[in-house]
Amino acid sequence: MATAVTTDPMLPRPYLVQAVSKETPDTFTLKLAPEEKANGGSFRPGQFSMLWVFGVGELPISISGNPADHKQLLYTVRSVGQATNALVTQRVGAGVGVRGPYGTGWPMDAARGRDVIVVAGGIGLAPLRPVIYEVLHHREDFGRLVVLYGARSPHDLLYRQELAAWARQRETQVLVTVDYGGMSWRGHVGVVTTLFKYARLKPAQSVAMVCGPEIMMRFVARELISHGLSRNDVYLSMERNMKCAVGFCGHCQYGPHFICKDGPVFPYEKMRPLLEKYEL
Amino acid sequence: METLERVIADHPFFSGLESYYTGLLVGCAANVRFHPGTYIFKEGEEANEFYLLRSGRVALELFAPQHKPIVVETLEDGDILGWSWLLPPYVWKFHAHAVEDTRAISLDGKCLRTKCEQNHDLGYEILKRFAQIMERRLEATRLQLLDVYAIK
Repeated sequence: MATAVTTDPMLPRPYLVQAVSKETPDTFTLKLAPEEKANGGSFRPGQFSMLWVFGVGELPISISGNPADHKQLLYTVRSVGQATNALVTQRVGAGVGVRGPYGTGWPMDAARGRDVIVVAGGIGLAPLRPVIYEVLHHREDFGRLVVLYGARSPHDLLYRQELAAWARQRETQVLVTVDYGGMSWRGHVGVVTTLFKYARLKPAQSVAMVCGPEIMMRFVARELISHGLSRNDVYLSMERNMKCAVGFCGHCQYGPHFICKDGPVFPYEKMRPLLEKYEL
Repeated sequence: METLERVIADHPFFSGLESYYTGLLVGCAANVRFHPGTYIFKEGEEANEFYLLRSGRVALELFAPQHKPIVVETLEDGDILGWSWLLPPYVWKFHAHAVEDTRAISLDGKCLRTKCEQNHDLGYEILKRFAQIMERRLEATRLQLLDVYAIK
């Protein structure tokens, strides 16, 4: 169960930075714990928080930690602008405001008893990492786990040690690819859709969860459908400019949906007509 | 021991091919093995064969002046390596090197082209299969060109 949002949904709770670890040259994972010795916050895989960097601004960031760990929250952030840069350069002990968790999350209940296919591109692995933790933590509740992960180059791969550790788990297949490999890279090279021919899938008994750049998700969804998955068994995590996170402001409206409140996770069946529209 | 005919028939590229055609292909086929680091072919060389990969991994690499070579695609068991043998001027456009110990069936392109000219049904079967692979690789290349993970 997710923790109840504070009485005023716009009021952040004070958290302290416990650690900042470098994942890639521009991507960092922040570990935050509440300032008061309370529960750090339960969340469902796929949910996000609004992180407030005092004096700079507020950002929607997916929770990338283990849902079984209630003491702290992990966020993996790519430094791409002023606010994200301010967030990843916070020192240990610094204060950060946290609102949330918000959003619907991945369909873990629908996935129980079935194979789980996780397809991630770039930093899209961050919101999917809690799914992988959840499946591995409750191994008997799920079928096979297939993780297909693509990044731009070997330097851009997140959680490299964990990927290797997950690959050693029973009933788990982890395939990693990069769009461009240097001569020292011994792994697979090609876009993430090229991994499907090496994946051992049982489409009729699978649920797929996809996160990455929107165009990548479009191609991946088509690939999953062509392999026999139903459109209702393919879920995408959408991204738009979220501000209030509770459906008041309308900044993240996407067609008839508010990404913050109705999503960010949606079945492909619902998103398909919108994804194929120009300039939406 | 597996016969060449069996290995060709079991390879995904020739899945469902009539045994009569598989019989024709065997005359152009040979078992080959490449140790890690070995160049299978290089850009500019005459393209006289293609490969049905059975195990291992092959990297297609591209280089440009003042840049380190980059690997633009890897191929593994079940994949096909090379289609330059099929279209004039029959010259390789990339380097290909074995990343891992790689086993394959090599098919002699000149031999196969002659058989395809003599038997257009075989030629059409082969072209259809290569067209599917080209279509999939073209789509993947378009997605790769978008550089979707770059900061926009």
